[in-house]
Amino acid sequence: MEIPYAVKPRPDTGLYNAKVGIWLFLASEVMLFGAFFSTYILLRVQAPHGFWPDVALGWPHGLLNIPIGTFNTAVLITSSVTVVMAWIALKQNQFARFRKFMAVTVLCALGFLAIKTFEYREKFGHYVIQLNDGSRITGHLNVNGSSPLLWTLKDVEAAKLEALKVEVDIPNKFRFPVGHPIPEDIHKAHQAGEHHREREIKVSDISSLKAFIPSTHPFFAIYFTMTFLHGLHVFGGAMVLFYFGFIGSGMWKTDPERFTNRIEVGGLFWHFVDLVWIFLFPVVYLL
Amino acid sequence: MSLKAFHVVFVSVCILLTLVVSSWCFGNYSDGGTPRDLAWGLVSLFAGGALAVYGKVFLRKFKNISYL
Repeated sequence: MEIPYAVKPRPDTGLYNAKVGIWLFLASEVMLFGAFFSTYILLRVQAPHGFWPDVALGWPHGLLNIPIGTFNTAVLITSSVTVVMAWIALKQNQFARFRKFMAVTVLCALGFLAIKTFEYREKFGHYVIQLNDGSRITGHLNVNGSSPLLWTLKDVEAAKLEALKVEVDIPNKFRFPVGHPIPEDIHKAHQAGEHHREREIKVSDISSLKAFIPSTHPFFAIYFTMTFLHGLHVFGGAMVLFYFGFIGSGMWKTDPERFTNRIEVGGLFWHFVDLVWIFLFPVVYLL
Repeated sequence: MSLKAFHVVFVSVCILLTLVVSSWCFGNYSDGGTPRDLAWGLVSLFAGGALAVYGKVFLRKFKNISYL
């Protein structure tokens, strides 16, 4: 049985069915991600003045690794170029070229996910420490030369430590609002590219210890939710493109026009996923 | 909208992103930042220019492919 309008355009829509289908799906995706972007905006505008961790629910600034985020953005833009080139290669009847571009696209997707995993791991080893005097500091723990992940005060007590060595973050310049000059020693540290200072803190002086996880602050909740949801889309898209490019590419021999349409539909989804990141990157990393 | 049309939209949005990033970097530099901020701003501007050239070449080279 032949599936109607898999290749030829339907007279009423002017498009083959899969293209109408993917655009309807992408419309639903816009609503999904739109809801999360709206949530981000509402959380941010309702945050009290001042910056976290100085102010308990103030919005944090400069906690994410911008060079890594920028590199990941470049990786995704490259993958969008290669997926279009793969589709055009099929239109020009160059299957070997198509395969090469698809391989680069899938590698870019996997590279993006690997870098994101590294970023997540870094956050799970980054802590906010509340002291008994009410002040909060952020930094990495140094326990016998290693940086433990996802520790709480219970883990510190279980390790029977009396003091914690902490690579305390030097406050970044975003923590000093316009009109409040940056203290001289911090300014010098910024100029020298220094980011941490080691400090030993007595465990008895600590009232709470939390890693940078969703329950620590609304920023981390929305950051992890949005980037993980986006990461799932990247993973799903990469799997589909891998299937089209390698396992399921036999259709090129039996029905090349339909196969080319499949790649176009996959490419449209991939462009959408990349476009979401193009909005996510400045919103979460820069602003 | 075909993949070609969506790609053109995507590249245009990417060019806007590079402008946002470069203005963010230049803003940081003028606000007591380091030469690294200036360098990142210039790199971002260059990337935007490269994307614009790519977009133009893409449109010229593949003008026979439909936008629909």
